[in-house]
Amino acid sequence: MHVVVCVKQVPDTEAPIRIRPDGQGVDESGLTFVMNYYDEHAVEEAIRIKERAGGTVTLIAAGPARAAEALRAGLAMGADQAIHIQDPALDGLDHLALARVLTAAIASVPYDLVLCGKLATDDNAAVIGPALAEFLDLPQATAVTRLELGDGTATAHREVEGGVEVLEISLPAVVTVERNINEPRYPSLPGIMRAKRTPITVKTIADLGVDLGGSGAARVRLLGLAPPPARPPGRMLEGEPAEVVRELVRLLREEARVL
Amino acid sequence: MEFELGEEHRLVQATVREWATSRLLPIAAEMDRTGRYPPELIRELGDLRLTGVFIPEAYGGGGMDTISYCIVIEEIARAEAALAAVLSVQNSLDCYPIFAFGTEAQRRRYLPELARGRKIGCYCLTEPTSGSDAASLRTTARDDGDHWVLDGTKIFVTNGVEAEILIVYARTEPGETGSRGISAFIAEKGDPGLSVGKIERKLGIHASSTCEIVLDECRLPKDRLLGERDRGFHIAMATLDGGRIGIAAQALGIARAAMEDAIGYARERRQFGRPIAEFQATQWKIADMATRIQAGRLLTYRAAWMRDQGRRHTREASMAKLFASETAMWAATQAVQIYGGYGYIQDYPVERHFRDAKITEIYEGTSEIQRMVIARHVLGAS
Ligand SMILES: Cc1cc2nc3c(=O)[nH]c(=O)nc-3n(C[C@H](O)[C@H](O)[C@H](O)COP(=O)(O)OP(=O)(O)OC[C@H]3O[C@@H](n4cnc5c(N)ncnc54)[C@H](O)[C@@H]3O)c2cc1C
Repeated sequence: MHVVVCVKQVPDTEAPIRIRPDGQGVDESGLTFVMNYYDEHAVEEAIRIKERAGGTVTLIAAGPARAAEALRAGLAMGADQAIHIQDPALDGLDHLALARVLTAAIASVPYDLVLCGKLATDDNAAVIGPALAEFLDLPQATAVTRLELGDGTATAHREVEGGVEVLEISLPAVVTVERNINEPRYPSLPGIMRAKRTPITVKTIADLGVDLGGSGAARVRLLGLAPPPARPPGRMLEGEPAEVVRELVRLLREEARVL
Repeated sequence: MEFELGEEHRLVQATVREWATSRLLPIAAEMDRTGRYPPELIRELGDLRLTGVFIPEAYGGGGMDTISYCIVIEEIARAEAALAAVLSVQNSLDCYPIFAFGTEAQRRRYLPELARGRKIGCYCLTEPTSGSDAASLRTTARDDGDHWVLDGTKIFVTNGVEAEILIVYARTEPGETGSRGISAFIAEKGDPGLSVGKIERKLGIHASSTCEIVLDECRLPKDRLLGERDRGFHIAMATLDGGRIGIAAQALGIARAAMEDAIGYARERRQFGRPIAEFQATQWKIADMATRIQAGRLLTYRAAWMRDQGRRHTREASMAKLFASETAMWAATQAVQIYGGYGYIQDYPVERHFRDAKITEIYEGTSEIQRMVIARHVLGAS
């Protein structure tokens, strides 16, 4: 079973985000980057499949030079090889164009299954997985919490409102995973050493033979980024406990409307 | 000259930090209170090979360098200092001498289980009448044909209660007194005449065991001699060079814990209408902590780097251990001060850091002994 996993490097969700003065991106100075959490679960699932059924795990990331660290982290967990798409043109791509680039990279290796995280925590788009399925003309299952592989088919469990949906899809397929699908392993020291020795294949968009047309053929344009409104300061209630509780219940009911 | 960790070192740091933050930090206070660690933690650390960081992969280890080892110990100690003591003994004082001085058969027999965290190791040098003056040890090893017979009492043995593979130093030349005529041996739990004696109660690092190991006509097969006969003191000292780098890293972890907790508290605690972090008296304490920790880390990494280069590093290891341990004690004292009365109360973490920090100035050579070693190298005296 050959599994391809798309991984994205994103700012650590605990890192404080500052928006660049031009409003077109975030200020990366002093920011720590990590593999998107959902993608860690996708890598873990791929490695478990390899451990059960044999085969290979190939990681693909598109991003600047630093994105190689996310690939190293995945190699350290136990992936076999990695492709890093590095190209200055990546910067201006919208999700659909990026999915085209990733599609070409996936098509350049043998695969029976493509795994992605459900979404990336930086832009919350959840577009790449479904777009890959479309461009590769494959069946898909999104936000999967359990994946069982059969002979040429896979059973995917999804949590839906009020229950669990069970899908059967034929392979190859694209599956995006939810965080509760597994518990990702910590890379071992020998894993880290192996990752260090494994060469990462670097490709440009042109290397992949993708022609995006003029100006990256972006159909979506970023107008601007703005920080969320500052949270209003908390309010302290003072007085006798009985009074304070009554006032608190009133506020929760009438102002916060959570009761 | 580069002052940055490389990619694989950063990955080691991120991995161990995440493990320690999610698995260890939440139970640190409980470990301190109960004096125990969950045994499965050792298995987990073993799966990551943190129990044999610099042992080659062929023997089940992590195959990494001493810098990685420092990163591992510092990150573990940042969360909980006793487990860092357990790990540093396992790596530096047990795995290392077996790897460096053992026969191929001994390496194959012991290293995979130690490096994978399936068995715990310990190091038995100190005796009731020989601490700083380790060369005056009195435990004897008598040649009895196909066996060595060991007699004596070792004290203050870290990991002694759980240990299944013990490095024991004993005198093989009864006529000799000083460092000559000492040999190193590998004992195994269950060897006849080997037993655990008094278990100590102590000021800090509660979750690591410290106990007496009693050798009463303890019979070890001949192939348990580690290294050459009568060269044991050399093994003990070469082992401590690496061990001291590990203790320096442990001290840095404790110092960082003290500083990071103090920063968090200083931002929250308000007096005179503002956070105490806004008082210059607090800020200067934090500034000095940060500076000393950074200086200690540079000394520690340099000693580790020299060890990895195969250069002599006795002086550098002592400097790192001396400076980092005194930094830990100093920083923990400052942290308690920043917490005020709360710092003296067991519900707050700096009370634990304060107690944990002290041991780093004592074991693997007291600060006085480190200064003696450094002075000997600097002054060139014998
Ligand atoms: C929790 C704990 C864990 C330990 N783990 C281990 C272990 O795993 N294995 C092991 O073998 N040992 C272990 N030890 C022992 C430890 O290494 C010794 O306690 C330490 O080396 C000091 O020896 P001592 O206690 O006999 O003190 P002493 O040597 O009696 O020293 C007492 C004081 O005199 C000072 N002093 C001694 N000689 C000189 C000198 N020449 N000049 C100036 N000052 C001097 C010392 O610095 C100290 O301040 C452990 C100890 C503790 C408390």
